[in-house]
Amino acid sequence: MAEQAVSQKPKAQLDAEFSDLYKAHLRDVYSYAYYRIGNHHDAEDLTEQTFLQAYRHFERAQRESDGRPLRPWLIRIAHNLAANLYRDRSRKPASPIDETTLLMAPHTTEQLVEGRDELSRVLEGVGRLPDDRREALIMRFALGMDNREIARALGRSDGATKVLIHRAIKQLEEIVGERGEGTGRTATPAGSANGSQAERSGRSGGAGDE
Amino acid sequence: MSEVMPNLEGLLREALAPVEPPADLVKRLESTLTSITEMAADELEAWELSAMRDPRNWVRPAAALVAGGAAGAALVVLRARRRTHSSQPSLAGVREVAGRTVRDLERETRKLLGER
Repeated sequence: MAEQAVSQKPKAQLDAEFSDLYKAHLRDVYSYAYYRIGNHHDAEDLTEQTFLQAYRHFERAQRESDGRPLRPWLIRIAHNLAANLYRDRSRKPASPIDETTLLMAPHTTEQLVEGRDELSRVLEGVGRLPDDRREALIMRFALGMDNREIARALGRSDGATKVLIHRAIKQLEEIVGERGEGTGRTATPAGSANGSQAERSGRSGGAGDE
Repeated sequence: MSEVMPNLEGLLREALAPVEPPADLVKRLESTLTSITEMAADELEAWELSAMRDPRNWVRPAAALVAGGAAGAALVVLRARRRTHSSQPSLAGVREVAGRTVRDLERETRKLLGER
């Protein structure tokens, strides 16, 4: 019988399962936080807060998930925390995305000069999208989430999410097109339109600087 | 697809490549999670002890004691019957039966209370 042993076993099991969840999705949460906020310092805080909150509500989330993956739930926590962060600071993201990832992404030598310009324009364009569209693209392309997962993370229907992503890509095409024509393809680092240089260069070892 | 950038989705995939979390974050986060899981276990134990001061939480142990008492009484009856079927009980034998019954009762009650 031993009721205490019964209540301890699920806790140990829950902790082990939470540990698996953490290991499986740390990179997803961090990537989301980083692209959502645009700097490593805040992305680290957001990731930490996300997992602390997830731990507190893990048992209930498992119970209510009916065996469905918990990644959308985790990302939703990060999404809500990021929204709170912006609300508290009463401002838009200071630097939507820095250029760290351009350096981290694999490139061939020939691609590097031309490719970086294009990628910079794309990143800058993503940074200029409305929050919900930007988030949907981050979830789709940075995290590889499908429509259903994104819908759960954003609290929308599958259909509405499909439309959201379609519109986000359309708008991004327009933005990138304007920038390409308007600036003669002189790409500025993502976020420089409304961001602070100091924040971008924080933890990325200058990778965010031009 | 876009006329401006024919492979916009491919570029998006490349531009939004997953970002590895910094090593110091991983270390810090793992240590925080380890300490809160340990703290949670300690808190649980502390709660169980402190909860016993609240009479509203006495129902379960009381029920366990009642059940344990019934089990103990049943044990005494069973042993008494067994002894009547065997030889005449001596005073030492009665003491031994009572002692064993008390120990068994204690063990059963602990089980019902959820202790090991």
